[in-house]
Amino acid sequence: MDSAFLSGLAGILAAAAPILFAAIGETLTERAGVTNLSVNGAILLTAMVGFVVAVETNSTVLGFLAGALVGALVTLLLAFATITLKQSQVAVGFVLALLCRDLAYFLGNPYMGVSGPIVAHLPIPLLGEIPIIGQIFFRQNLPVYASYLLVFLAFWWLFKTRPGLMLQGIGERPEAAFARGANVNRMRYFYTILGGALVGIAGPLYSLSVKAGWKGTISGLDGIGWIALAITIFGAWNPMRAALGAYLFAFLQWLGLVLQPSLPGIPSQVLQVAPFPLMILTLLLVNVGNAEWVDRALAAMPEKTRHLIARLLRAMRSSPPAALGVPFDNE
Amino acid sequence: MKSFRWSTIGFQVLAIVLALAFTSLVLVIAGTPPVAAYANILNGAFNSMKSFADVAVAWIPLLIVTAGLLVTFSAGLWNIGIEGQIMLGAIFTTGALRLLQDTALPPALIIVAGFIAGMLGGALWAALAGLLKIYGGVNEICGGLGLNFVATALALWLIFGPWKRPGVGSMSGTEPFPEALWLPLLPGTRLSGWSVAVGLVGIILIYFLLQGTYFGLRLKAVGRNARASFLLGIPTSRYGLLAFMICGALAGVAGAVQVTAVYHRLIPSISSGYGFLGLMVAMLVNYQAIWAVLVSLFFAALNIGSIQLPIVLKVDSSLAGVLQGALVLFFMLMDGVRRRFQSKSRS
Repeated sequence: MDSAFLSGLAGILAAAAPILFAAIGETLTERAGVTNLSVNGAILLTAMVGFVVAVETNSTVLGFLAGALVGALVTLLLAFATITLKQSQVAVGFVLALLCRDLAYFLGNPYMGVSGPIVAHLPIPLLGEIPIIGQIFFRQNLPVYASYLLVFLAFWWLFKTRPGLMLQGIGERPEAAFARGANVNRMRYFYTILGGALVGIAGPLYSLSVKAGWKGTISGLDGIGWIALAITIFGAWNPMRAALGAYLFAFLQWLGLVLQPSLPGIPSQVLQVAPFPLMILTLLLVNVGNAEWVDRALAAMPEKTRHLIARLLRAMRSSPPAALGVPFDNE
Repeated sequence: MKSFRWSTIGFQVLAIVLALAFTSLVLVIAGTPPVAAYANILNGAFNSMKSFADVAVAWIPLLIVTAGLLVTFSAGLWNIGIEGQIMLGAIFTTGALRLLQDTALPPALIIVAGFIAGMLGGALWAALAGLLKIYGGVNEICGGLGLNFVATALALWLIFGPWKRPGVGSMSGTEPFPEALWLPLLPGTRLSGWSVAVGLVGIILIYFLLQGTYFGLRLKAVGRNARASFLLGIPTSRYGLLAFMICGALAGVAGAVQVTAVYHRLIPSISSGYGFLGLMVAMLVNYQAIWAVLVSLFFAALNIGSIQLPIVLKVDSSLAGVLQGALVLFFMLMDGVRRRFQSKSRS
């Protein structure tokens, strides 16, 4: 294997890292029963804030902290408006997405094109020496390593711990969880804000590493938050599957860039959005098993085909947490 | 009952005050005197007949899109795919004009054909989002967002590929159409009287559709309680699909207006964000058609008025978006606060 290919693969892992942070943050929030639609704007806003703080303090660490803090504040507002004031999650999230985006463009204007610090490369001493694997996985920077850990941590928390079980409970059957002593709305606040803080790390991860700098409307970050939302669904609210989706997406974008020279008839802008039709197709595949007409169509089929198709659909199928988007009264 | 109304208005005024306070705070952070910024926006929007005509140029597509969104909102649907539907409308209109421009047909007829094609394009794209939701179980928000990106890709491919300008394709769009295929402009402005007429007819039709027809009544029933409506014998999925297609057709008209009256060609950013802005307007007016006319005019004035901000005050024109977003956000927050107060005082 030549080194260009290996560094390409390493690049995919790095490019997927911010999407991972956002998608896993969103996964935790939605598991608690809250849809956070503000991700797209929050990534832009935290990318700008993280960059500005890093430039002013010359510290990327403070940039990331500022990003996480701003991300948490955005979702605190979302939580207050939807949990306490019972406004529509979709409506508030959508408005926040647009508001945060314009705030980022407005306040970030003086910092357009300014050069700033970049997260340092940090090859891991022994692991980085392993041929091939080391080159792909362990010659990255700290936030990318954190993104690997985050996947496993979120998976473990969600499926292997008691609080994680409670988290699933407040998203699936909040009344039952409440009866078992869970303070549903307080936990929803917590996971909404935690998810927002994780989304808030995705922003600086772009502006301080993956797409270093702040370039306003041409930063190329507008749209990534919507992808993260789609990946959350593709991932069936499971951190492992979300990671798969994020890597798949980054791979497809990389493929688009690589194939570009051999497809001169297709403009580069088209190849860059190529993952989206595929995304819709996969969303269709993972969701179609939930549709009523499929059950009816299946019932009419000969038994063997029916079993095969039903099993295929079940394997791909993903259903949202049952109480996603439904407010809960703590009284 | 009367005091109830007054408290509603009180909270709405409070929301406006808070939104202005928030935006002013943002301006202070950016080091710009707020009063100067607001004066500049008002000046940019209303200082001459010409600038007010520019406001109307932005107002019309926004109004048409908002009219369409009133239909999907009535049916309880979030048509986030609206941006793509405007785009497809513009693409279909451009396609029809390209196809017919070299024929012997009278220009007026070609323009009409362009509008019909635009409606068809928008409605088809919206139907796709609707079918994905109804038969594929894909949430309309995800499906719509994905389709938005696909629509943008389609436009880019056309502009750089089959429809590229003689020579080399560029982001500036396709070859402009001959002037005979432009909607006639009012003298001295960039505004077409025809597009104003189309916009007003659109919102009036939607108003009567929702307020005065059996269809509108049943559609709102579906939006309020789909399960109950279904049990009462309303074919809910067909109504949902129809709502999508009506909205898409109107978005397509907005795209056709952009092509025939504003840009006279297809450009990559032809939807100009009017779809998302229309969603904000529809939320802010709480889905009432009459208010949609005024609020979309106000939002268009903010957009046009802020264009000169970078030149005069050296700040970004996205200030308009900050103020619009803050207005909608604080309206929702204050609505929540009011409800909380009232439920408290009742119990």
